[in-house]
Amino acid sequence: MTTPANLKYTKSHEWVKQEADGTVTVGITHHAQEMLGDLVFIETPAIGRKLKQGEQCAVAESVKAAADIYAPLSGEVTAANAELADAPEKVNADAYAAWMFRLQPNDPGELAGLLDAAAYQVIAGADKR
Amino acid sequence: MLIFELSRPGRRNPSQAPRNAPGLNAIPEGWQRKSRPLLPEVSELDAVRHYTNLSRLNFSIDTHFYPLGSCTMKYNPRACNHLAMLPQFLARHPLAPADTGQGFLACLFELQEMLKAMTGMAGVSLAPMAGAQGEFAGVAMIRAYHVARGDAARTEILVPDAAHGTNPASAVMCGCTVREIPTDAQGNVEPAALQAAVGPRTAGLMLTNPSTLGVFEHTILDIEKIVHDAGGLLYYDGANLNAILGRVKPADMGFDVIHLNLHKTFSTPHGGGGPGAGPLGAGPRLVPYLPLPVVARDGDAYRLADETDLPQSIGRLSAHAGNAGVLLRAYVYARLLGREGLKRVGEFATLNANYLMGELRKAGYEVAFPARRASHEFIVTLKALREETGVTAMDVAKRLLDKGFHAPTTYFPLLIAECLLIEPTETESKQTLDAFVQAMQEILEEAHHNPQLVKSAPHATPVRRLDEVKAAREHDLAWKPCAH
Amino acid sequence: MPFIPHTEDDIRAMLAAIGVGTIGDLFDEIPASLRGGGLSGIPPGVNEMEITRLMHERAERDGRWLNFIGAGAYEHQVPAAVWQIATRGEFYSSYTPYQAEASQGTLQVLYEYQSMMASLTAMDVTNASLYEGASALAEAVLMAVRIHKSARRVLMPATVNPVYRRVTRAIVRHQGIELVEVPYCAECGHVIPAALHAYAGQEFAALVIPQTNFFGVLEPADEMTAWAKANGVLVIAVANPIALAILRPPGEWSAGGADIVIGDGQPLGAPLASGGPYFGFMACRERHVRQMPGRVVGRTVDVDGRPGYTLTLQAREQHIRRSRATSNICTNQGLMVTAATIYMALLGPDGLARVAQTCHSNALKLAQQLTALPGVKRRFSGAVFHEFVLQLNAPVADVLHALKAQGILGGFALTQDYPELGDALLVCATETKHDEDLARYTANLRRILGRRFRAAGCALKPKAGSWH
Repeated sequence: MTTPANLKYTKSHEWVKQEADGTVTVGITHHAQEMLGDLVFIETPAIGRKLKQGEQCAVAESVKAAADIYAPLSGEVTAANAELADAPEKVNADAYAAWMFRLQPNDPGELAGLLDAAAYQVIAGADKR
Repeated sequence: MLIFELSRPGRRNPSQAPRNAPGLNAIPEGWQRKSRPLLPEVSELDAVRHYTNLSRLNFSIDTHFYPLGSCTMKYNPRACNHLAMLPQFLARHPLAPADTGQGFLACLFELQEMLKAMTGMAGVSLAPMAGAQGEFAGVAMIRAYHVARGDAARTEILVPDAAHGTNPASAVMCGCTVREIPTDAQGNVEPAALQAAVGPRTAGLMLTNPSTLGVFEHTILDIEKIVHDAGGLLYYDGANLNAILGRVKPADMGFDVIHLNLHKTFSTPHGGGGPGAGPLGAGPRLVPYLPLPVVARDGDAYRLADETDLPQSIGRLSAHAGNAGVLLRAYVYARLLGREGLKRVGEFATLNANYLMGELRKAGYEVAFPARRASHEFIVTLKALREETGVTAMDVAKRLLDKGFHAPTTYFPLLIAECLLIEPTETESKQTLDAFVQAMQEILEEAHHNPQLVKSAPHATPVRRLDEVKAAREHDLAWKPCAH
Repeated sequence: MPFIPHTEDDIRAMLAAIGVGTIGDLFDEIPASLRGGGLSGIPPGVNEMEITRLMHERAERDGRWLNFIGAGAYEHQVPAAVWQIATRGEFYSSYTPYQAEASQGTLQVLYEYQSMMASLTAMDVTNASLYEGASALAEAVLMAVRIHKSARRVLMPATVNPVYRRVTRAIVRHQGIELVEVPYCAECGHVIPAALHAYAGQEFAALVIPQTNFFGVLEPADEMTAWAKANGVLVIAVANPIALAILRPPGEWSAGGADIVIGDGQPLGAPLASGGPYFGFMACRERHVRQMPGRVVGRTVDVDGRPGYTLTLQAREQHIRRSRATSNICTNQGLMVTAATIYMALLGPDGLARVAQTCHSNALKLAQQLTALPGVKRRFSGAVFHEFVLQLNAPVADVLHALKAQGILGGFALTQDYPELGDALLVCATETKHDEDLARYTANLRRILGRRFRAAGCALKPKAGSWH
């Protein structure tokens, strides 16, 4: 699967979409869901929670693993995808459509540090397990 | 069929319930239970037949070869169970005075002394109820030691990346942070990496030797020096003691605190998941912090030492003296083996493992560390097999069930891809090992010529592969009458 | 060589196949300075006949006593079938059911256990056991703190078993969690709900409610639960599983009931055995199941659509989550749970209720008989299940010593854990006690208290088995 060019990425396999209203939407990449296997549970952060970049804020749980998901940027959580509570398999079906949470970033300088699609592709490719 | 489905309203077992109709009832009306608990109403024959038949669905040491790495599935001698269940031992209340339990306490005291002798440690507590509880206590003891010396900043526990999951989990439960140390290609902790990681925040290093990779950490003396020089202490995870029992003492390797798994090395029963026992041994520096209770002897009399005897103890981990019945079983086992028998354990566990490793290599399997001796266990990696045929370690494990063998441990340690961790133990004969090799050889052939047979195994067990994703997504964790 | 089957021929063939001369060669990777840990401190091995004789001698030395001690471990009649089946090799010597296809026996037993226990406690789910009651309370406190997310203090009534409190503190203090003691009413023997108002406005993760409490007294659990829920505090119930057969279970307490229920399952088929092995049970609401430590079994289907059982929700456990696990627990008390399940199946709901009612009735009878003696009073006015506290007009230790000389273990002295109660004795009577046993206790206590009691120099030696 190709890595969407219109998104940004982190080394820890999160994708980031910049929205028109200044918030960002966050999910995990296709590679991440493939490594985890069939997802059975997604824990999203509480709305209103204030996160620092790199802080553990969510969990994606499969039968064989529970992966921590980290805040790609510092900011406040504004929304969480309630659909994933009953249907975590949506992330397996289309990792880029199944968003996990949104946040209002508070440090514009951090955006520059995110990876573009090509740079992320290199990381995902090297991470063969 | 569940026991509830055999239930019929009104079915009773009169010989099992108290005979006399209760006279007095002073439970306030508002506190009397009104809802009927979901317990089955079955005859004694129904219950006996049901649970007997369920037992027959299990693999067990008494029925199958069980080469589970890191679990030490050796024969559980029947005498141990029989003697631990003598009626007077079973009838004794834990809070009965010590002079009503001198026989029982004598067994525990002697077990303490034997464990000291085997490990070279200065003091032993039998209190922890499993390896994980022992680990928690050991880390708590290390912390207490540093705090008592005014060195409270030492809150970091170092753990090899190949360590058993209970190691980091126990350290965190104890309020410590965990730092992982990489293992090199030979399966050992890299001294250079360790040196870079130690410092003024190091509380200690948790180590298993032989390691979880099945090989002896021959840099142990360097490791010991690095950690002690930096002011940290050394914790020994005794899960693999079976490999070196009678040959090497953990105290001689420089460990300050160790736990033993009696349900591994001392053959107490696994019981479908427990109970175990995880006694702790402490070097002289850590003896004052041992968890309570410890069995003490004053002249001829035994008693359980308490907070007044060990004021610096990290405390109690359970209400009573640990898994007492398990300790009695271990005592009987240790007495049956004695000095010579215990020495043979390490020797023959290692002989069996090296023999099996060699035979599996000849059969075409790839061993993770071909240049190293096996300890009491070794790792086979099926990475190449997966690439050639698509057959994984999980598939091979499931196919072994069809051949009448319980699978080895799979996917642990995490560092080796597609691995099987194989531990035969000393109680298995050459004939059993050869039969296992034969079965593995067949599976290898099947993987190449009929991979689908292996990938869809098992076929001959009471159920085939289960939908674990469904189990985790749709929680059915308790039977409810209307839903089924 | 006990339990090692190798013949000389086997050894020779194996060494040749490996390509070494001796077994010692296989240890050549171990530094020479470490080798040779001799076992001089260990006695030589004995055979089965010899160890059997020794163990019989030791067991007989310990003897049998007429037991009225409860205090967290209870003497109950265990049907013969329970341990005959539980010690079948297929249960006794099987491993943790990680390979589900090879372990359907164990897994189905655990599923049945989970079902029975969830119903007994009136909660949604239970785990497949923790070690025992005291450490189960510690795990419940840790779980409540995880769920609550902000408070790190827990309200702990002084009526909770003292050793449970000590163990819980020993375990949770490492994570900076504080236990705040809630006082009890000296007259009735339980917490007064109004006393909880003192904590309003402060943050607590949980309130622990023992039902019944260590004194055997029923707590006002409904009012306490209502207070907790109104103040955003989780409720951890500590329960006796036999009592649950006739007492309203924690899941049915007011305001939605308890959030977590724990206790020691020993009364369900585990012999007293000097303290173990027992097992801890834990039950919770479905919404908290991911925070619950320990193994959990789920029902599912196999590839052919056949129903089957498997360990589930394992991602929370140490072997997957490692340092982020809900707990470090790995080995549990599986065999004890197997026995408990068979016990519950043999007794059924009515049999278990009968056991509980007989315990209750015997305790009341004994209390009536003993308090008819001069110098003996009921200490607390609260309603009891099968234990009660007596106030004596003589030193408790001396009374117990004199009872012991007659083969009777009269109860548990509260002087160390509750010095404020003076000469107080916790007495328990289960279904195993007959009217003759109660009469014997009463007669002896009458005699002991009736004399001018001399504390020192009591010449009677304890006679084991003298209670016939």
